[in-house]
Amino acid sequence: MGKDNKSNPLHRIYKSSTFGIVMILLVMCTFIAVLSDKFLTTDNLLSVFRAFSFVAIMAIGECLVIITGGIDLSVSSIFAFSGVISAMAMVQWGLPVPLAIMIGMAAGVAFGFANGIFITKLKLPPFIATLGILSIARGLSYGITGGYPIPDFPASFKFIGQGYIGIIPFPVILLILLGIIFSIFLRSTVFGRRIYAIGGNEEAARVSGINTDRTKIIVYCLSGLLAGIAGMATAARLGVAQSTAGMGYELDTIAAVIIGGTSVSGGVGTVFGAIIGAAIMGVLRNGLILLNVSAYWQQTVIGCVIILAVSADQLRYIRAKK
Amino acid sequence: MKYEILRMQNITKYFPGVVALDNVNLTVFKGEVLALVGENGAGKSTLMKILSGVYQKDLGKIYFEGKEVYINSPTASQELGMSIIHQELNLMPNLSIYENIFMGRENRSKLIFMDRSRSYKLAMELLETVGLHINADTLVKELSISQRQMVEIAKALSLNAKLIIMDEPTSSLTEKETETLKNIIRKLCSQQVSVVYISHKLDEVLELADRVTALRDGNTVGTITRAECTKDKIIRMMVGRELKDIFPRSERNASKEVLRVENISTTDLLKNVSFTLQKGEILGFAGLVGAGRTELMKVIFGLDQKVCGRIYVNGSEVEIHHPKDALRYKLALVPEDRKIQGLVLGMSVRENITLSILDKVSKINFIKRNMESYIANDFIKKLNVKTPGAEQKVGNLSGGNQQKIVISKMLATQPQILILDEPTRGVDIGAKKEIHTMIDGLAQQGLAVIIISSELGEVLGMSDRIIVMHEGEIKGEISGEEATQEKIMHMAINQ
Repeated sequence: MGKDNKSNPLHRIYKSSTFGIVMILLVMCTFIAVLSDKFLTTDNLLSVFRAFSFVAIMAIGECLVIITGGIDLSVSSIFAFSGVISAMAMVQWGLPVPLAIMIGMAAGVAFGFANGIFITKLKLPPFIATLGILSIARGLSYGITGGYPIPDFPASFKFIGQGYIGIIPFPVILLILLGIIFSIFLRSTVFGRRIYAIGGNEEAARVSGINTDRTKIIVYCLSGLLAGIAGMATAARLGVAQSTAGMGYELDTIAAVIIGGTSVSGGVGTVFGAIIGAAIMGVLRNGLILLNVSAYWQQTVIGCVIILAVSADQLRYIRAKK
Repeated sequence: MKYEILRMQNITKYFPGVVALDNVNLTVFKGEVLALVGENGAGKSTLMKILSGVYQKDLGKIYFEGKEVYINSPTASQELGMSIIHQELNLMPNLSIYENIFMGRENRSKLIFMDRSRSYKLAMELLETVGLHINADTLVKELSISQRQMVEIAKALSLNAKLIIMDEPTSSLTEKETETLKNIIRKLCSQQVSVVYISHKLDEVLELADRVTALRDGNTVGTITRAECTKDKIIRMMVGRELKDIFPRSERNASKEVLRVENISTTDLLKNVSFTLQKGEILGFAGLVGAGRTELMKVIFGLDQKVCGRIYVNGSEVEIHHPKDALRYKLALVPEDRKIQGLVLGMSVRENITLSILDKVSKINFIKRNMESYIANDFIKKLNVKTPGAEQKVGNLSGGNQQKIVISKMLATQPQILILDEPTRGVDIGAKKEIHTMIDGLAQQGLAVIIISSELGEVLGMSDRIIVMHEGEIKGEISGEEATQEKIMHMAINQ
């Protein structure tokens, strides 16, 4: 049989779907660097990294959900709710910062759990269930705050969004840590394998003895948790928690995951890919700003890039099948 | 002089790896009822699908009304003057009866607008003909199965065809409706319309058919006339053959009871099913499609819920609500459809084989790849799976090898009881033999095996005991030695 080149590590990297989007990212960076000398400065690069890190954290959770063949539209509302509930805990109820953060995370898990129950026990399509929670969580955010923003956080909380470790912004460290943890989780644990199996063929996974309901509920809980973490980190960055935070972010999050190579039909995808997807969109936005492109055109350009990035990957997949 | 309205001559049809029809000849005279009989997989449906334009023949000729015809699509078949009543209902549940009847050839008032009142009126007349006293604008989803079947019949009649093919038309009908259908058929014949009647219900065949043609293994066995017809003759044409395949049969000693199933009933099909299984024996389940065998195994394995009944493993009662529970009690199931229920096609051989034993190949939740690869390669060798390696995507393997992967996955759980549902369906001859030998070997080592198969030869060749089911009930049990294909077929069609 001979050593087929499938085991050659360089060949494997080339064939992997993440290679394509990493190339796209590098090409984009080169392009922008050539057109604007402000791009490749340490300050700017770290600033861009921090800017997209919040969506990237949400994209990690969304990635898990989409791999199972589902979708989570509620992330942006959970994002806002966790921000305001933890702010209220700290500022209005005077609770210590770590406890407030736990409350924010618990809220994220609770909404995720609700999503999971609706989808597995009530058999609602994920699109519908999470659309419902999108509205409910947003409404609750308005309700508990009366629409008023909540400022004046303790310094230790603000550090999460505004602090640095060395020259690296804390949110970036948080993203890298979460990225590594969940990447290993997805690739190497039993639970990660079950997620891929459910996405690949839920019926076969069930026949094989996998408790598909339980796995799916946990996945939605994780998505809620990460959305909550991202929401609190953003509130910390801005110095104020708003019930209107993150509106529209669910689309950016889903786009990041899809650009990153996760298929909507489920069964394939990586955490690293989702983060690169968020990076592509973040770098793109930054580039358009540096190049003085009007804010109105930015949305159009981003939409085009999403279509191009996914098409490029689809073409490689079709060619590989032949 | 009898006029030949249809002649199918030397029809041959290939599917990947199998010859579905081999030089089949079929003739139908004008105004007659021709019954088409044969076991599951004999080729009846394939032949009719060629006639109705769903499949294209590979070789042979078709003559309709004396002229050679080429049937490229269902529309072409309809335009020639043929209509078909399918075994699986082809109605749209959210639409009304009259919309379904005139689907694709709607009555129009002006150009693009539908003439609903005309459609309604015509539909009501048709419903009258089939004895269905229901409003034609009732939505199909509100109808019972038998009513839907009558609507299908009405639809076929409305096409004013010269030849109507009826594939198991009475499978869902009540006795009264069956009588109505028989009268309709008699009337059609008097109007010089021909009917091809496919059915397992030999009483109906004897009553209605002018002639009976039998298919077996994709070949025409023969045709007999009404005068020559007896049930025995028909059954013998359907099944009688030399057992050319020698099935492996080692010395097996069935010992103690390992599984007992009592009074299992489900909401729609199974009625009071009970049986036992012993260590070291191969128990075959025979019966027609829809007899309830797969449904029974799904209940035992926890994929479906029973309404009542008990299951005992090794003498103790067990509660099985999910495949997880079944696997815990050392019960394993190789499902009927490997692509839909058995494999994650996008995953590798290794990942598929270990899917049911993830806890055993991991430590504190981290999967040990080496252990996985070891187990996978072990099965690849033991079952002689043809694959470039354990990392190959399972979707790229052939049917027979895919089946071996599903079997490997279940064997990896080290079961006491192994249920195999159509284990060699769509599998090439070579792999078939390997799988049979493997099953025989497992039984010899003390595994208790249940095998469901629609191939009588396989059931007879492999089983120590055979249970025959019909419409959700066990109709009979017979030992491997006493069993013959005819005896089984008699029980399977409840004659």
